[in-house]
Amino acid sequence: MEEVPVEVKTDDYRVWFEPIDSTVFFQGFLRLDGMASYQPIMDLLVAAMAAAPVFTVDLRELAFLNSSGISMLSMFVVKVRQWEEAQLTLKGSNTILWQTKSLKNLQRLMPNLVLTFT
Amino acid sequence: MPEAPNMIPVSDRIKIYGTFLETLPPNEEYLTLQFSPARAPRSRRWKNYGLSADFLGGYFAEFFPGDTLPGSQINRQDTARAAISYIANELLENAVKYSDSVANLPIVITLKLYPEQIVIEVTNHASPKAVAGYQQFIETLLDADIDDLYTRQLEKTALGSGVSSLGILTMVKDYAAELGWRFQVQTLNPNVTRVQVMAHLSI
Repeated sequence: MEEVPVEVKTDDYRVWFEPIDSTVFFQGFLRLDGMASYQPIMDLLVAAMAAAPVFTVDLRELAFLNSSGISMLSMFVVKVRQWEEAQLTLKGSNTILWQTKSLKNLQRLMPNLVLTFT
Repeated sequence: MPEAPNMIPVSDRIKIYGTFLETLPPNEEYLTLQFSPARAPRSRRWKNYGLSADFLGGYFAEFFPGDTLPGSQINRQDTARAAISYIANELLENAVKYSDSVANLPIVITLKLYPEQIVIEVTNHASPKAVAGYQQFIETLLDADIDDLYTRQLEKTALGSGVSSLGILTMVKDYAAELGWRFQVQTLNPNVTRVQVMAHLSI
């Protein structure tokens, strides 16, 4: 089986998995060209979920996410929903506009999604 | 006078949806960016559109005061910056995705500032096939309950079926942008339609 990297990184953004915290962290500006370009990040999220079914996605340092990225997050939430043992927490920031505007929509897909804002 | 053969009547060439104002009230501040038609692969230009959206957000945020907004930890100026940047980026991404490279025409974005409102207008040219799909989505959007449609589209996208149109849905639902569209089949080349989208954003 192909090994999934624990980090996806460019000059604009960094996404990485910290097994100790059972957390995937997002940092920077994510504006990739369409859903297909988000596949490496999606693979990282799915691998992280397999490694730690109770886990957190920390978005507090993600300043920008385009709608393709929001699509990717919703796709991931639906995958989590299908997996009974999984419990997902999303951490958002009160000071980043897209997070205050769009993250709550993901709860409509998965009512037991835990969403915290700090 | 009989119409020349192959000429499509004006009424059939133009379609308008939503809040599209043919003439906007006069305003003091505006800015237009025009992107030359891209011959280089899209991937090489993609980042430029995001950078341009950020620039437009920063430029227009300067016209707004930094007072607090009720129920938000983000002040008016920072809200303007982030909202303009998000919406300009989504409109540019859409324009690039649906642009007809054959037409060899630029993508143009114009921002106009009004008291407590910004109007963002993007023009591109698209093929009849792209236009048909777009118009069908707009008709669905204008008839639908936005919350329901948003959730339906999220589910649809999540299951990997088709185009999400989530950019437009987030603008309307999350940013309360009012959108309008104008489609005009070009007289000289009916295989090319000029697409104008207008987003009215209250800050």
